[in-house]
Amino acid sequence: MTTNPTTTDTVTEAGDHSVVLRLTDLRISTNADDEILHGVSFALKRGEILGLVGESGSGKTTAGLACMGHFREGLRYSSGSVSLWPRGDENAVEIVALDEVAVRALRGSRIAYIPQDPALSLNPAMRVGEQIREVLDIHGFGSSESERSARVAEVLGDVGLPGDKAYQKRWPHQLSGGQQQRIGIAMAFAMYPDVLILDEPTTGLDVSTQAVVLDTIRRMTVANDVAGLYITHDLAVIREISDRVAVMLRGDLVEEGPVAGVLENPQHEYTQMLMSAVPDLAGRKTIGAGAVEGSGGMTAAGATAVTKEEATSAEDSPDDGTSDKDTSNKDTSGERTTTILMDSPLLQAKDVALAYGKAQILDGINLTLNPGECTMLLGESGSGKTTLSRCIAGLNDDYSGQVQLWGETMAPSTRKRTNEQRVGVQYVFQSPFSSLNPRRSIGQSLSVPLEMSGEDNAAARKAKVEDALDAVRLGRSFYHRRPGDLSGGERQRAAIARALVNAPSVLVCDEITSALDVSVQASIIALLRTLRQERDLAMLFVTHNIALSRHVADNLAVLNKGKIVDYGPTGEVLENPTHEYTRELINDVPKF
Amino acid sequence: MFAKVIGRRLILSAFILLAVSLLVFGATLLLPGDPARAILGQQATPERIAALNEQLGLNQPAWQRYFSWLGGLFVGDFGTSTASGGPVSELIGERIGASFVLMLLAGVISVPLGIAIGVWSALHRGRRRDQATTMVSLILASMPEFVIGIGLIALFATSVFQFLPAVTLAPPGEPVWNLPLQLVLPTLTLVLVVTPYIVRMMRATMIEVLDSGYVEMARLKGVPEQRVIMRHALPHALGPVAQVVAIQLAWLAGGVVVVEFLFRYPGLGQALIDAVTYRDVQVVQAISMLVAAVYVVVNLAADVVGILTNPKLRSAA
Repeated sequence: MTTNPTTTDTVTEAGDHSVVLRLTDLRISTNADDEILHGVSFALKRGEILGLVGESGSGKTTAGLACMGHFREGLRYSSGSVSLWPRGDENAVEIVALDEVAVRALRGSRIAYIPQDPALSLNPAMRVGEQIREVLDIHGFGSSESERSARVAEVLGDVGLPGDKAYQKRWPHQLSGGQQQRIGIAMAFAMYPDVLILDEPTTGLDVSTQAVVLDTIRRMTVANDVAGLYITHDLAVIREISDRVAVMLRGDLVEEGPVAGVLENPQHEYTQMLMSAVPDLAGRKTIGAGAVEGSGGMTAAGATAVTKEEATSAEDSPDDGTSDKDTSNKDTSGERTTTILMDSPLLQAKDVALAYGKAQILDGINLTLNPGECTMLLGESGSGKTTLSRCIAGLNDDYSGQVQLWGETMAPSTRKRTNEQRVGVQYVFQSPFSSLNPRRSIGQSLSVPLEMSGEDNAAARKAKVEDALDAVRLGRSFYHRRPGDLSGGERQRAAIARALVNAPSVLVCDEITSALDVSVQASIIALLRTLRQERDLAMLFVTHNIALSRHVADNLAVLNKGKIVDYGPTGEVLENPTHEYTRELINDVPKF
Repeated sequence: MFAKVIGRRLILSAFILLAVSLLVFGATLLLPGDPARAILGQQATPERIAALNEQLGLNQPAWQRYFSWLGGLFVGDFGTSTASGGPVSELIGERIGASFVLMLLAGVISVPLGIAIGVWSALHRGRRRDQATTMVSLILASMPEFVIGIGLIALFATSVFQFLPAVTLAPPGEPVWNLPLQLVLPTLTLVLVVTPYIVRMMRATMIEVLDSGYVEMARLKGVPEQRVIMRHALPHALGPVAQVVAIQLAWLAGGVVVVEFLFRYPGLGQALIDAVTYRDVQVVQAISMLVAAVYVVVNLAADVVGILTNPKLRSAA
C-alpha cells in the first residue's frame, strides 16, 4: 500500500481530456528529511469533486496545497509531479517546476483555494468586496474597471449574497460564518478557475449553514465545470458532495474509487475502521465498540465491573420501545428504575436565565438529571449551550434561577459552593489542547482537584490519580508524561480523568469530541459509556453534533436562542420532534 | 461613531490629568525644605521669611493654593519661579523648544527605523540576520540610557574619535538647532534606547501576522509578496506596535531628563533638575504636568491608531 493503491482510472489514463490536474507519485518531506507524503497520485476531472478523507496529520492538507505549488513553513517538495491542464490549453503545465512568478499567476486564477476557517482567512481589515476585487485586479480580469466591478457583483450573486455596493463595503466581522465562507467561495470562483481546492470548508459551521454552503459549492462546481478536491475528515459530508473519494492514511493514499463503492464496501481495513467510527442519526451501530482501551491497559477490576454491569442491565432491561436503537439506552434503563425511588433528582436546573444587557442568552431553562443518566444538550453556536453548562458548573455566576444538587440549591459561584457540591459537579472542556497546562505532568495536573478538596495526603492522592488514569484506559505510565507528548485523544482522556479523580456524580462535557477525529471521537464515546456503567455517573453532554445523540444520550434537550424547544427521551425527540427548529436540524444532517 | 469614541477618550484624558495634578501638587507639598528659606538663605530673619511667605501665598491652606494653581494652569499661568523671580512660563518656554526638537528627532528616526528593522527581521525569521538583530536589540534594550550615552561620548567625542561635541556648546538664549552637530549624540542616544523595543515588538507581531490564515490566503490568491506584506500583513501588526511606540515616546518625555543632564543640554530635563535642587516648587509642578500631558496625548494617539487599523473597533465601538 505505498503507491497507487487501487486502480487509478487506468482506462482513462491516455488522452482523457476531462482530467484537469494530476498528481503523480508526489513526495513531500520536512526540512529535516522526514517524508510526509509517500508518493501520492490522483487525478481531478472537470465537473467532478474528489473527496480526500483522512484524519488529522494524514497529510491531506499538505497534498491539497501541493496542488497549488504551496508548501507550508518547514516542508519542501522532494519528488513527483503536479500537472495542470488549463482551459483551452492542450499542453500540461508542471506546477512544481515553475518559478515563483509563474506559480503566482496560476494561483487564484486557474487553481483556487477555499480555506477551512473563513473567520481566519478573510483579512479583517479589508472590505469583503475589495478582497474579491483584489483577485480580479491581480490576475487582470477583463479589460476595464467596470468589467471587474460587474464581475464582483455577479459572483456575489452566484453564491447567493447580495451583490450591491453596500454589501461589498462590509467588513468580514459584520458577516455570519456562513456568509464569510460564501465570500471565500465567491473569491475562489471569481476568475473562473479550472481547479478548486476545498480544505474542510464547512468544518467550523453549523449543520444548517453547512447544508447551504455545501449546496452552493456543488452548484458552482457544476455550473462552472470546475474540478474540485474536497478535503475533509467528515465522511457524511463526502457522501453528500463528492463523486469519487480517496482515503489517506499517514501520507499514503490507501483507497480510491466512486463514493458509493468505497463507503458501502470499503476494501482497506483503515477505511472500514473509519466507517465504523462515524456516528449516525439512526444509531444502527455502536460506535467505538472495542475501542475503549485507548493506549493504556484496562485494569482487571474495571473489566469485571463492566461485564457485571452489562449482565445486570441486560437482565432487567424492560422493552421501552427504544431498546433496539442503542446499547447505551439499554444499559441505563435499569438504573432509571432504581433512581425513581429517590425523592429529588441528582441535578436540577430550575428556571435558569441569563441576560447581558438586552441580549437574552438563556431563558427559563429547566433540566433534570438522574444518576447514571446522560442528557444531551444540543444547539448551534450562539444557542447558549456552553453558557448553560458553565452556569450549572458554577463557572458563570451571573444567572438567575436555581441549580440544585440532590435537592439542595447551590450558590451560583463555585467559590461559594460547598466542597461536596464542587466535587459533585465536574467539567470537561472542549479543547484538550488548551485545557491541560503544558508545563505540568499529567499527574500534577490531575492532582490539583484533590489538593483543592484538601482531604488526602500525597500518597493517597497519587493512588487516586492513578486509579483515574486506569479508569480512562490511559494507564499509570501516563502519570509522569506531559501534555505535549500526548495525542489529542489521549489528552482528552487525561482531561476526563481529571474530572473523575474526585469521584463526581455529574460530569459536564462541553463539546469534548468536537476537536477530535472521528475514530478518536468513537473511542471517547465508548469510554464515556463504560464510565457511566462503572460509576453510575450522570452526564450533561453538550454538543452541536446531533448525529451523536443516540450513541450517548438517554434524553435530548434541544437549545435554540437560549430556550429549550424540545426535551424528552432521545428516541422520541428524534422521531417526533415537536418544534420546527428540531425538524430543520434533523433534516440538515448529512446522512448515510 | 468614531468621533464619539475619541470624544469619550478626550474626556477621560482630562480626568486623568486632573488626578495627576492632585498627585503632583500633593507630592511637592511633601518636598523637604522651605521655599522662602531656600530663596532668602540661612541668614534670613523670621520676619523676612514670614513676609515672603505672605507674598508667595504660602501661608494659605493647601487646598486654596491648589485651586489657585489649578485655575492658573487653565489660563496658561504657571505661577512665579521662586528661584528666578520671573514667571514659570517664560522660564520653561525657552526650554520646551529645545527638548521638543530632541524628542521629535528621536521619534521621527526611531519609529520608522524600528518598524522597518522589525519587519525585515520577521521576514528572515530563524535565519542568521534575524538572530543577529534579536541579539543586538536585546543588548541595547537592556542598557540604561546613560550607559549608552557615555559609550557614545567615549566613541565619538573623546577616547576613540573626536569629531562630535560631547556637550552642548550653544550659549544660553541661542536656539540649539543653530549648531546641528551638537544634537547628534543626544539624539543618537535616545534613538538607540527607544528603537530596540519597537524592533522586538514589531518582529513578534509581524511573525504572528505572517502565520495567520489571511496572509496564507492572500498568497494562495496569487497576491505578489510585496503586496502581501504591505497590504495584508503590516496593517494588522501596526496596532499592537502603536502601543509600544506610545510608551516609548512617552518615556522620551521623561527619559530626556537623564540624557539632557548627561549632555548638558538646555532642555526641560535640565530645568527640572535645577528646579528640584533649588526647591523651585512652581517649576517642578509645571514640568511634571507637561510630562504627564505628553503621556496622555501620546497614549491617546496610540488608541486612535489601534482603532484605525482595526475595523472591528472602528465600527463596533
